[in-house]
Amino acid sequence: MARKLLLEHINVPGINTFDVYRSKGGYAAVEKALKTLTPEEVVEEVKKSGLRGRGGAGFPTGMKWSFLAKPEGVARYLVCNADESEPGTFKDRYLMTYIPHLLIEGMIVSSFALGAKVSYIYVRGEMMPQIRILEKAIAEAKNAGFLGKNILGTGYDLELYVQPGGGAYICGEETALLESLEGKRGNPRIKPPFPAIAGLYGCPTVVNNVESIAAVVPIINDGGEEYAKIGIGRSTGTKLISAGGNVKKPGVYEIDLGLPVEEFLYSDEYCGGIANGKRLKAVVAGGSSVPILPANLFFKTINNEPRLMSYESLADGGFVSGTMMGSGGFIAYDEDQCIVRNTWNFTRFYHHESCGQCSPCREGTGWMEKVLHRLEHGHGKLSDMDLLVDVSKKIEGNTICPLGDAAAWPVASAIRHFRDEFEWHVTNGAEAVTRNYGLAHYADPLPKKEEPVA
Amino acid sequence: MLRVEETQTPVTFSPELIAKFDDIVSRYPAGKQKSALLPILHLVQAEFGWLSTSAMDKVAEYLKIQDIEVYEVASFYSMYFLKPQGKYVLEVCRTGPCEIVGAGKIMDYIEQKLGVKEGEVTADGLFSWRGVECLAACGYAPVLQIGPEYTFYENLTNSSVDTLIADLKAKAKN
Amino acid sequence: MSVKVTIDGIAIDVEPGTSILNAARQIGGDIVPPAMCYYSKLKDSGGKCRTCLVKVSKGSEKDPRPMPKLVASCRTAVMDGMEVQNITSPEVIEARKGIVEILLLNHPLDCPICDQAGECDLQNLGFEHGAAKTRYEFDRRTFEKIDIGDKIQLHMTRCILCYRCVFTADQITDHRIHGILNRGDHSEISTYIHAAVDNDFSGNVIDVCPVGALTDKTFRFKNRVWFTKPVDAHRDCDHVNCNGKVTLWYKGEEVLRVTARKDQYGEVEEFICNTCRFDKKKTSDWVIEGPRKISNKSVINSNHYDFIPLPVVKTNPVLMEANKEQFERDTRL
Repeated sequence: MARKLLLEHINVPGINTFDVYRSKGGYAAVEKALKTLTPEEVVEEVKKSGLRGRGGAGFPTGMKWSFLAKPEGVARYLVCNADESEPGTFKDRYLMTYIPHLLIEGMIVSSFALGAKVSYIYVRGEMMPQIRILEKAIAEAKNAGFLGKNILGTGYDLELYVQPGGGAYICGEETALLESLEGKRGNPRIKPPFPAIAGLYGCPTVVNNVESIAAVVPIINDGGEEYAKIGIGRSTGTKLISAGGNVKKPGVYEIDLGLPVEEFLYSDEYCGGIANGKRLKAVVAGGSSVPILPANLFFKTINNEPRLMSYESLADGGFVSGTMMGSGGFIAYDEDQCIVRNTWNFTRFYHHESCGQCSPCREGTGWMEKVLHRLEHGHGKLSDMDLLVDVSKKIEGNTICPLGDAAAWPVASAIRHFRDEFEWHVTNGAEAVTRNYGLAHYADPLPKKEEPVA
Repeated sequence: MLRVEETQTPVTFSPELIAKFDDIVSRYPAGKQKSALLPILHLVQAEFGWLSTSAMDKVAEYLKIQDIEVYEVASFYSMYFLKPQGKYVLEVCRTGPCEIVGAGKIMDYIEQKLGVKEGEVTADGLFSWRGVECLAACGYAPVLQIGPEYTFYENLTNSSVDTLIADLKAKAKN
Repeated sequence: MSVKVTIDGIAIDVEPGTSILNAARQIGGDIVPPAMCYYSKLKDSGGKCRTCLVKVSKGSEKDPRPMPKLVASCRTAVMDGMEVQNITSPEVIEARKGIVEILLLNHPLDCPICDQAGECDLQNLGFEHGAAKTRYEFDRRTFEKIDIGDKIQLHMTRCILCYRCVFTADQITDHRIHGILNRGDHSEISTYIHAAVDNDFSGNVIDVCPVGALTDKTFRFKNRVWFTKPVDAHRDCDHVNCNGKVTLWYKGEEVLRVTARKDQYGEVEEFICNTCRFDKKKTSDWVIEGPRKISNKSVINSNHYDFIPLPVVKTNPVLMEANKEQFERDTRL
């Protein structure tokens, strides 16, 4: 049984209220940081913890904080990225719904560390219920003296506001988020300058994911070194994994980084295997943007080592035979799922969500969607696969923001690993609209068919 | 160019609504009131059901920005309706994880049940529906949401859709 | 204080903060990356079209690591000791080919009926870097036609969304009526409601538009630009922000069109007011200065090419090799 750092008290009735949260040791990190530590010491603890950004990119949080410019007389901002929109990911929704004070507590400690006097939580607009929950939690915390002027008599002032988005995946990109927070279209900014130098309103700004900020709480409570003991290598601490798709028990699980993927998928403590007694065909391990892997490559790396839920192990093999941790959106596909259809679905998503600012993404995503649509509906050509790979290459790396890469990778990886299924859609066009290609050979060597049904 | 009914009665914002706007504007530094644009558009849409040109012009006037800046933003984000909608808009997630557990079938069912195509309004003015992209609720798929509170309905089945529509019809009568 | 940057093997000292593109323009010649959205006179422009992507093979003297991705040269500042590859990098050439294909993907290719033909940046770009055929097999995007007044003609299908006209309206005029509506590949230049784009300086959006999306309605279908004769002229304009320096485009005795004067990168030297542009179409309104010099590569100069020496190409063997095709074409001229 892994140790829970974020979700330890998730099942305590009323943990979403201030009083219960406080009675379970909540806001101890605020007291510890504000009363006994300097902002620099808080940053140092986060650096020591090895915490890596939980939003997808996996950039070390402490290092990001230390890049923040601190010119005299200029405001600094902390903005929490709660624009969770990556298909497959729903951990931030879960955390904000059930234990909102953990995020508020993390925001206070992090804002203190960065010297922010006003901080914003940018929540995607569709999460109006969560916005109401957070606003209530903020009011409670303020009422108890943890927000506002002169917090706990330490002289530190902080105002915390919740900002709703308007419905745009692109606002999960930090500079698009800042544009949106300034009341503009969510067009990502051209970098440099990075937000650490010129972010919100042109002031130095740090943008962190909900889970990253929540993780600051146990880091301060237990110390960065304690946190770093959990996990494996440079993947320290715990991570929330959103398990969805055809797993038996979908939901949000907190795991120690380094957990074997096989255990995560098949153990009853976590996903409990594939639903309806079916076999696993493929996995998207970190949200729709990361490369899809067939079951055989997922469980074992190319060197035949068991794959682990860690940044390094999931990426083992690069884009040839590996994938990425991403935001921890774990989607399992059973043998009845069609990879072509899924790739088309994802590409439609990116086409729909492209902001349209730079040309490769604006035009390329639409092009890929149209080609995939025709493949899925049985009108494709055998040359379409090479065309798709080429278009994805023309997008990848050539765009303003990572959405271009995120749109290109699922297509390129699906064709890399499931080319026979794409070809079957061309050669058996009429059949492809009514029947699924099935498992073919890529589920090998996994005889999980006879898993006992719990 | 978006087709917008050009003959529409000008809207007015109630003092209560303006008070809410003022509260939102107070969250940002002086001169950065444009930051309030997205939250204010949500409030306006909750009040009127959609964003008419005259409502958007009013928002521009309130925030002291140019009209086009409001149109640009309202047309960028997918949550804002630039056309009148049904009283209840059923927004069904159609992206990957929902799709593989039957979101497509749920949408087909809703279409058949309501008798209108995606984006259209039922004759009684009560319902419209549309497919939307990932709602970040993949573990509870298939899901749909209904504004302006954006209440969530999870693990949808045909019968839970039946119940939901019946409940909403009853609610509208009261 | 200046910094040294090397582009395709040619070194130059430039002011700190200069972009790679502008450093390349200071060198001149074939190593200048094409730019479809960047406009030196418009703040915040650039970075969007991605045609000016280059490879930074050495970041700087201090940090010699190469940059991991191709960068937009218009928005990347040079560092001391930076080494950049443009036409000497196969990777850049390949990426640019892709961008050109993508920019033309939904373009209607209606050059035969487009008033911009002959002075169109996209046409030139396609000619220099594009393929003869597209691989796109779907219907091209269309938009509902909208009328933005009696001065400016909008053809949204031709637009490449460079945002220049939006920046122009924000920075040169006193009020912006048009903008970018919608998202992704549905994005369009529009006024949303039926409104005319009309104020003292609004005509400048025509000159900054790199394609035929915004053209002069008063010149519409009047003539092909290469049949008209450009002549520099000026008048004593009483508009406070206009110096009245223009180019008149003659067909015989008749002034068909008035534009601002454009430099070799297609950028206006000075913005002009709508009175000069739309209302002064008689020779008697103007003091004539003389014929306007147009690049020898331009179709407008057909049949009367000036010989311009090739400054860069001959002295740089790396470049000659990399740019053989261009070199041969230039030599033939």
